[in-house]
Amino acid sequence: MGRSYLGEFEELVLLTVAVLEGTAYGVTIAAELKQRMNNRLISLSGVHIALYRLEEKGFVVSELGGATSERGGRRKRFFRITALGKRTLAEMRQVRNELWDAIPTPSFS
Amino acid sequence: MKPPAWLDALVKRFLPSELYEELLGDLHEQFAFQAEEFGVQKARWMYFFEVIRFCRPYFLRRPFSAHSKYSTSYTYSPAMIRNYFKIAFRNLLKHKGYSFINIFGLATGMAVAMLIGLWVWDELSYNKSFRNYDHIAQVYNHVTEPLDQKQVEGSSQPQPMAKVLREKYGHIFKHVLLVQWEGETTLGVGNDNYIKRGQFFENGVIDMFSLKMLKGSKESLNDSQGMILSESAAKSIFGDKDPIGEAVKLDNKFYCKVSGVYEDIPQNSTLGGIHFIGNFEYLRTNEKWIKNNEERWDASSQRIFVQTADNVTMEQANAAVRDFYLKDAPDNLKELAPKYKAILYLNPMKNWYLYSEFKDGYPATGRITFVWLFSIVGIFVLLLACINFMNLSTARSEKRAKEVGIRKAVGSIKSQLVNQFLGESFLVVGLAFFVMLGIVGASIGGFNELADKQVSIPFFNVYFWGISFIFLAATALLSGLYPAFYLSSFEPVKVLKGTIRLGKYASLPRRVLVVVQFTVSVVLIIGTIVVYQQIQYAQNRPVGYDRSSLVRISMDDPNFENSKLVMKDQLLRNGIASNVAFSNMPVTSVWDNWGGFDWKGKNPDAESSFSVTQLDEDFGATIQWKVKQGRNFSKEFGMDTAAVIINESAAKYLALKNPIGEYITSTGDGKRRWQIIGVIEDLVAESPYEPVKMGLYMFQRNVRALGQMQIKINPNLPMSEALTKIEATQKKLVPSAPFRYFFVDEEYSKKFTAEQRIGKLAFLFAILAIMISCLGLFGLASFIAEQRTKEIGIRKVLGASITNLWGLLSKEFVLLVVISLFIASPVAYYFMNNWIQKYSYHTAISWWIFVAAGAGALIITLLTVSFQAIKAALVNPVKSLKSE
Repeated sequence: MGRSYLGEFEELVLLTVAVLEGTAYGVTIAAELKQRMNNRLISLSGVHIALYRLEEKGFVVSELGGATSERGGRRKRFFRITALGKRTLAEMRQVRNELWDAIPTPSFS
Repeated sequence: MKPPAWLDALVKRFLPSELYEELLGDLHEQFAFQAEEFGVQKARWMYFFEVIRFCRPYFLRRPFSAHSKYSTSYTYSPAMIRNYFKIAFRNLLKHKGYSFINIFGLATGMAVAMLIGLWVWDELSYNKSFRNYDHIAQVYNHVTEPLDQKQVEGSSQPQPMAKVLREKYGHIFKHVLLVQWEGETTLGVGNDNYIKRGQFFENGVIDMFSLKMLKGSKESLNDSQGMILSESAAKSIFGDKDPIGEAVKLDNKFYCKVSGVYEDIPQNSTLGGIHFIGNFEYLRTNEKWIKNNEERWDASSQRIFVQTADNVTMEQANAAVRDFYLKDAPDNLKELAPKYKAILYLNPMKNWYLYSEFKDGYPATGRITFVWLFSIVGIFVLLLACINFMNLSTARSEKRAKEVGIRKAVGSIKSQLVNQFLGESFLVVGLAFFVMLGIVGASIGGFNELADKQVSIPFFNVYFWGISFIFLAATALLSGLYPAFYLSSFEPVKVLKGTIRLGKYASLPRRVLVVVQFTVSVVLIIGTIVVYQQIQYAQNRPVGYDRSSLVRISMDDPNFENSKLVMKDQLLRNGIASNVAFSNMPVTSVWDNWGGFDWKGKNPDAESSFSVTQLDEDFGATIQWKVKQGRNFSKEFGMDTAAVIINESAAKYLALKNPIGEYITSTGDGKRRWQIIGVIEDLVAESPYEPVKMGLYMFQRNVRALGQMQIKINPNLPMSEALTKIEATQKKLVPSAPFRYFFVDEEYSKKFTAEQRIGKLAFLFAILAIMISCLGLFGLASFIAEQRTKEIGIRKVLGASITNLWGLLSKEFVLLVVISLFIASPVAYYFMNNWIQKYSYHTAISWWIFVAAGAGALIITLLTVSFQAIKAALVNPVKSLKSE
């Protein structure tokens, strides 16, 4: 079947997980994305769905953190990017770079 | 600074419990951020929308598998649903014939039910467009004849009664209005004449019927000379000109001034065809006969409409007016009231249309009978279609036992199979629904014409969609339940090995359903035949005169007065008419009833009234009535003004041994005396289903008092040419009057329209019912033939003839139909006998109807089944035995 399909938003979320390294969970990912994308409205539910899908596809793994005093003592689920995730991102980036390079330059002047 | 607790409850209720902790944690954390950034109020809203966005199919009610190692068998998994659809469509396409019968049959049944439903809805919503529907009533009186204890109602009331009701019962009624009977009136504007239906009410009508005034106001009729026009009438008369203040001449007699325009009143209401409304006061000042009766209690010729006050219920008002005669009538009526047990009652608006026929003086039946009848027919036709659908789907489903076996073997659980089969049945029912919308859309025009309605599919009505949905769900469930649960309980090993034996009684329910189906169809057939026979019977009733080429002209215009005889003379002289006669009412109706007669040997308590027609000496010859005894009026006998001709009913009622030469005297004022000179055969003037009323025909020398001209067209002249010539004659003599003529035979046949319409509808429904039943039978027969292919092959090899096989396959169905015949006949007899008793003049239900209906049903069954049976019997046994 080839590699699992990765949607645009899923790719962004996956990248953010890689960026936040170790502190990636729903709220931080949403906040990071929002900040980097000029305050585009990021819905928490969308982020969560993307995360669970990525997990089903094996691009991230998750574990529950310990209970803290914030947010009513509720635990957070932290996400980490897997090797498969990293490789997929790298492949996608390469494909894009090649495509960018293939664009004839004059048309951009 | 906490998010709303109920939203958290929502999260807990709907989201997977495995995710509850982390999701809620994230939500709260984000809420804290947002509260800081945007303020608490806005954060709450954002929180609300965030929670709503979480409620999506990905999360909802889903056993969440992200963190478990194995995927569970998930009922709503998209892949399986796709597979179910694929299999369902393949099954439909593979058996195109069955699918067609199934879907089309169900759609037809639904279409019939839908049309009937729309019709019933329309009937039930009659008059409901009036806002005061629950408060409007008509005043009726109710008396018991002391002689024969007959209870009769009276719809017309004397004018002073309205005044007393208004003055003494003002706290009960908001409005009490005298109402003149509606009629066609010539509206003259300038030199143009328009004929419109209109009615005169006392002031208050605008408020009572909540008329929507487009021009003018609720007070538009306060000026007694004012009149208001419907929007369409205003447009047709005045075009785009402002009609307010324009003068309109009514029947060439008096002028009214247009003072308002109201939005057209919906067609399905008592005021449906009314296009102008005038003030009764003004009519009274201009019509001498109404003026004369203003204070008279013994002349009842107007109706009284009332509207109860807002806080008074119909029952309270009814109780209050009941003893009107004892308390508030003039003294002579007060004295009479106990003897006649006279009371008043209010007939509420909801009865006017649906309960228009009276029994024992109270509204009893009417169109409501047909509403019930058609509702039942509709339900039964729908039932037939559903039975078909269930029969065929269950029969077909046994073919799919193998599929069930395989599905179970590879891991389907029972609930999945149940869902699959139920879903399929929903799919087919859904398809049928769309086909039905197509059928109804295509046929609604014809249906409206047939039923004289203006209904349409209420696409924007919530109830319509609600009811449709409930119905679809019920049909789908009913027809899907059996296969769903029966098939899903198969044991896969047995099914796949092919040892499954469908029990001996598996087809029993199917047989019962076939019997039910044919019982209903046969009842409908018998009903239709009886309705038609009754109409035929009444149409063939001897009417006592010759209707052909008889034309009536209504001479309402006062300018006719001096020209009547001249016109008659010209028509006769120019060979246009072979006979011309005048009378005071048309041959086809009774307008005048007189009481208070006396004759030799009269029972002193006999108080029945006679219909009285006044006419000239040529009347008998013109309509060619049949003189049984005595003679016609004649100019040769100068004294015929004191003579009377009676009809046979009257002769029977008078009970005189030899009526000719006897006298009838009037006991009222004047004490007039008439000698009976002739007895004629009964003229059917009113309902052709009722006995003819006792009639007196009196000679009236003064033609001015006779407003109806009957013309017997010269038989040598074509009708159209005769009409143009009559019109020319009239225009020359009375230029002001519009030419309004009526064919007597047409007016007579109008008496049958209601019954004919019912007959046609019943016929249509019976045909459809039979068609649906046969579709089902056809499908079932072909299925059984297919199931027994091998058996038929072996029988043929062993020497069975085609006739043998045909008998073998048809026997069962014929038996079922015969059983249903035996059930249907008594049921149909019972209902139709009840129906027919309603008519005094009715046909008898003879045995041949049952035989004919039975034979018809049997022949249709045999034709349907034989097609399949013979087809199966003709197959070469080599082919049928080879197949597998």
